[in-house]
Amino acid sequence: MSTTLFLQQVLNGLLDGVYYLLIALGLSLIFSLGGIVNLAHGAFYAIGAYLTVVLANHIGFGGALIASPIAVAFIGILLERFLFRRFYREDPILSLLLTFGLALVAEQILRMVFGAPPLSFAIPQALRGQVFIGDFIYSFYRTILLAIAVLCVAGLWFLLQRTAFGRVVRAGVQNPDMVGALGISLEPYMAAVAALGIGLAGLAGVLLAPIYSIHPAMGQEIITPAFVVVVIGGLGSFWGVVVAALLVGLAKGMMVAAGYAQFSTAAIYGLMLLVLLFRPRGLFGERILRFE
Amino acid sequence: MSNRKPLSRRSALKGAAATVALGVPLGALGFPAITRAQAEAIKIGHLTPRTGFLGPLGEYAVMAADLAAEEINAKGGVLGRKLELIKEDSVNPQTASVKAERLIERDKVACIVGEISSASCLTIAQVAQRTKNLYVNTGGNSDALRGSNCNKYMFHVESQNSMYVKTVGRSLLANNLVKGKKWYSLTADYAFGHDLLRVAKRFMETNGGQFAADELVPTDVADFSAFLLKIRATKPDLVVSNLAGNQITNFLKQYSEFGLDFPVAGFGFDTAVAWGAGKGNFFGLWPLVWHHLIDTPGSKAFVAAFTRKYGKPPENQAWGDYIALQIIAKSMSDIKSPEALKLIDHWEKGAKFDLLKTREGYFRAYDHQLMHEMYAVEALKASELKNQWDIYKPGPPVPGPSEPLEAIAATPEENACTMAA
Repeated sequence: MSTTLFLQQVLNGLLDGVYYLLIALGLSLIFSLGGIVNLAHGAFYAIGAYLTVVLANHIGFGGALIASPIAVAFIGILLERFLFRRFYREDPILSLLLTFGLALVAEQILRMVFGAPPLSFAIPQALRGQVFIGDFIYSFYRTILLAIAVLCVAGLWFLLQRTAFGRVVRAGVQNPDMVGALGISLEPYMAAVAALGIGLAGLAGVLLAPIYSIHPAMGQEIITPAFVVVVIGGLGSFWGVVVAALLVGLAKGMMVAAGYAQFSTAAIYGLMLLVLLFRPRGLFGERILRFE
Repeated sequence: MSNRKPLSRRSALKGAAATVALGVPLGALGFPAITRAQAEAIKIGHLTPRTGFLGPLGEYAVMAADLAAEEINAKGGVLGRKLELIKEDSVNPQTASVKAERLIERDKVACIVGEISSASCLTIAQVAQRTKNLYVNTGGNSDALRGSNCNKYMFHVESQNSMYVKTVGRSLLANNLVKGKKWYSLTADYAFGHDLLRVAKRFMETNGGQFAADELVPTDVADFSAFLLKIRATKPDLVVSNLAGNQITNFLKQYSEFGLDFPVAGFGFDTAVAWGAGKGNFFGLWPLVWHHLIDTPGSKAFVAAFTRKYGKPPENQAWGDYIALQIIAKSMSDIKSPEALKLIDHWEKGAKFDLLKTREGYFRAYDHQLMHEMYAVEALKASELKNQWDIYKPGPPVPGPSEPLEAIAATPEENACTMAA
């Protein structure tokens, strides 16, 4: 393998990880703060993609890029308000059942409304083509995708680490009772976190709609690797999830690059096994009292 | 999903009361259901995956089966009885087997029709064999089903992988893309893909080609970018797809995204996956068992009826389930019996059927494969597209009019089948 190809594969693997990151960050946030294992998270990714196809006909891809994640986030708020909220203090197994059921319902609704065959959708003409940097050739659309994803992740980091909002959320993750004792209600924060996390999944759906098959079960394809990312990264850690997502993308990409494509899916589970053997809380997992 | 009317307690009582009123001893008749049996519908079990990665194709199968039953019943049904479909989602090989058993034992279906996954075909065929019932495979391609796993009770309307490979293979030979050429092959990593790869490799090697690379792709892979970078670096003469279902849609979308221009050909294909790829994302040479642009009166009528009912044209999987039911209905009428064993006998004797194509077809006795014409289609350029459905140039039927239909099927040497009596 030439050095250029090797470097391209490394970068491509990292980029693949960024898609998982958009899904995994939301999963991690919602679990850390509310203790909800959101198996329906993949469904919001699918809804984001379907909304893109519908909206792009009227307001163009650019409009859909903004409107779809907002619409999906709004569904997230409703979900949090009417369903998740009842499960924060319950055994996580109950919310697991709830979200598993929601995922099935969402998938079947998409199938009933849009049919089972994939929906036709392509990259907008203006975003097609390749970028040439020396020996590097790469899809122009994916560089745009990367830029948007990085911007969102950076924005989320800023929000969580550098603002008053973020401080309350982080305190809520560690010790919700103490936050309550200080006279701060976590309820509006939970709604905001659900909106953010689920909105990010919707955004991933928009960004990937032009290059992935848009079909009702597309959420299932992405939810499992996203969970692996959360587990490897460790709960409560922003950077843990970021590093884990990149590692998972890299592990997959490198298996293909090395000619062992058939093991590329298995590789990410192997990675998870290794990490859990040595660091049962994940790479940068924090000790969270209520989950111990 | 089905329209069966369960026998309610009330109607059972009514029946019993009527029998008593007529002075017939109850014991002589048993249940009143039996008195209705003469007029009862002929039931056919329809099993196909409706969820999962083959779900998109299963949906066409179901729509077509419904249309066929509707048309058959509109013409008076079969043997004066209504044809009734009992449709189920086969989900996976284990569930398919359980449901097949239930359809046969509980619902007493005359036969089972359907399926797309070769793995599920196998488990259904095992149930058919054990219960001495008939199973007509409409979508499983693997050669092994007609070879090492062949079985007296299973017939194949769907073509075998060898027929697909030889159909596209002829065009590849004509375009000089085999002899001395390097192929980069991507194969779906499960039973169907492995079987197809074996057949494709045999074709390539016999005709003097070789692999530049030969990759197995897990079925849950959505991102092909790492493969595409390798393809660009390898510079193959031909990129070959042995992929399945949504994999093909993902591959097409991303191949065009990365701007690669090596020729592409596939050995397995369904039109729905290309319709779902989006404008400008379809290219290459692909094999089909049937397509909606075939210029025969039969195909035109089928396309018109399907489009009228569902608002979009049928794809190849739709033809499979539609034609299977038409063959079954016609054969039952011809032999004046809905019995599975008599149908098997009739078909093994070489009965011929109208398949909406230019020539009639028949089941080959030795492996129960339907002998019929196939088609290689070449994608139109984006600038040549007139609408979202007619995305390829239809080629002539393969084999040509002067050749026997068996010319593209696997020979007994290539795919040996011994059926237990």
